[in-house]
Amino acid sequence: MSAAAHDFAIESLGETALLLRFGDSLDAGANARVHAASEALHAAGLPGIVDIVPAYATLALHYDPSAWIDARDGSPSRHIAAAVHAVLGAPPERTLHASASVDIPVCYGGDLGPDLDALADHAGLDAAEVIARHVASTYHVAMLGFAPGFPYLFGLDPSLQMARRATPRTHVPAGSVAIGGVQTGIYPSELPGGWQLIGRTPLTLFDARRDPPSLLMPGDRVRFVPIAADEFEARVRTLRA
Amino acid sequence: MSITVLKPGLLTTLQDRGRYGCAMLGVGRAGAMDDVTMRLANALAGNGVDAAVLEITLIGPRLRFDEGATIALTGADFPLRIDDVDTAMWQPIVIEPGATLDFGVARHGSRAYLAVAGGFVVEPTLGSISTDVNARLGGFDGRALREGDTLIVGSDASPDSHATTRAPDVRGTALARRTRNAHLKGSHQTWSLDPRPWFDADFATPIRLIRGAHFDALSAASQTALFNEEFCIDKDSNRVGFRLDGPTLILAAPLELVSEPLVAGTLQLPPGGQPIALMVEHPTIGGYPRIGQIATVDLPRLAQRRPGDSVRFAEIDLDTAQTRYLEREHELLRLIGAIGERLTS
Repeated sequence: MSAAAHDFAIESLGETALLLRFGDSLDAGANARVHAASEALHAAGLPGIVDIVPAYATLALHYDPSAWIDARDGSPSRHIAAAVHAVLGAPPERTLHASASVDIPVCYGGDLGPDLDALADHAGLDAAEVIARHVASTYHVAMLGFAPGFPYLFGLDPSLQMARRATPRTHVPAGSVAIGGVQTGIYPSELPGGWQLIGRTPLTLFDARRDPPSLLMPGDRVRFVPIAADEFEARVRTLRA
Repeated sequence: MSITVLKPGLLTTLQDRGRYGCAMLGVGRAGAMDDVTMRLANALAGNGVDAAVLEITLIGPRLRFDEGATIALTGADFPLRIDDVDTAMWQPIVIEPGATLDFGVARHGSRAYLAVAGGFVVEPTLGSISTDVNARLGGFDGRALREGDTLIVGSDASPDSHATTRAPDVRGTALARRTRNAHLKGSHQTWSLDPRPWFDADFATPIRLIRGAHFDALSAASQTALFNEEFCIDKDSNRVGFRLDGPTLILAAPLELVSEPLVAGTLQLPPGGQPIALMVEHPTIGGYPRIGQIATVDLPRLAQRRPGDSVRFAEIDLDTAQTRYLEREHELLRLIGAIGERLTS
């Protein structure tokens, strides 16, 4: 993973952020390099870094230009870019820790997954086979975004790909497990959204008062585990108690 | 000490300098839209620049102070009245117990900042008191203020211990005398900050813009239009972004982009051809072409404009924009230091 970490280009996102580009498509290899670079930059502890934001194939490094004033060259953006190259060009000093693996219980179909049948029709499969294929994959959290704690997951079985709804819903319930194009994701809170809803998890994906607030972190591995409706209800009741 | 919200105004929220370090979780920065006049409000109230303030938008609130306090108001020009007496902004003001502040409707600009000495006592969410209206987190229950809300003000004012020990003297004497004579405008006891150059008296000044990653993908006519024609801030504009009406901008050829991290000040171009300037509550990632990046020094100036105001862009390069930013921070910090000395002398 680290061997290719220095294979990237640096662009600017204005005067307060750099964009590190590892690719320009939804590619699992580029995404893995993004997370490796993110980890290396967190570990390096460069001064004045205020946010490190991994996305599919790029990584933003938000910085305070005041921390990067150089006497010989007044340009903080060039100064920090050189420091980033030094960090990512060198072999990692220690083994990067393995990303977490998280099992997510999901009750598929019915009122909790109102688009499951439409997805089955679209895929030419029966609903049980859609569920079987959805739980068979191991996914990776490519990035979190759209809303706090919303994971974009790579690894969807190609036969389950389906375009977003022509008309987005105004209210998608929290915990909804959904498919949008080549990706699957989970709505962490009630939000508007156009993805196809196939099930729901009783887990709380994001809670600002919890530490850590997000159940999933960028780069984590995810598996879905099917549960029955009564178990879903029981777990929701336990959470609320 | 508490403040009761008698009328909430259009959009009155608690804001500090923003929420850092959790953009990787999809949690945006939020914070004050105009982080320059926000810091000056804190300085004038004797607070540290990071203290939370009220961001007041277009139509201001009516607030009752249950006890006395020192406050300061900066930013958009509101017809501030204290117990029906006209009161000037951009200066420390001593409030008597039981007094009512009425902001009225902004005459110029769109966002004012109310700092209260001692700051607001609110449990930070993910390290910040800022209200993220869209994500419904931070601030006062993750929302704008409503009628009947009560804000608690801290007793420990001032950016440092030195000022802490001396600030009460200031409040007790000269400032109190001036406030009681508030109707005597221009009285020799009064001092206030000149809003210039921290707040635009004239919104015709161009906003400086760095070419974005996808500027070159614009058609030649659109490249010219971006820097030569006038845009108008659409009514559908808020803390997330400002939609800009004007010439429809088009790409020379379609771009296939995947979502990438975003920053405030990015000028995005959705398929409709009307650019959107991302503001402080922007999503952390997005996939529209980025045709420009508003210079950081000009972002607070844009934030003060309101729907219907015009915007023109002038080109600036990255290095110059960064230099301007560092110069402005230097000047601002110097002024904040001078205000602190004035308050404690």
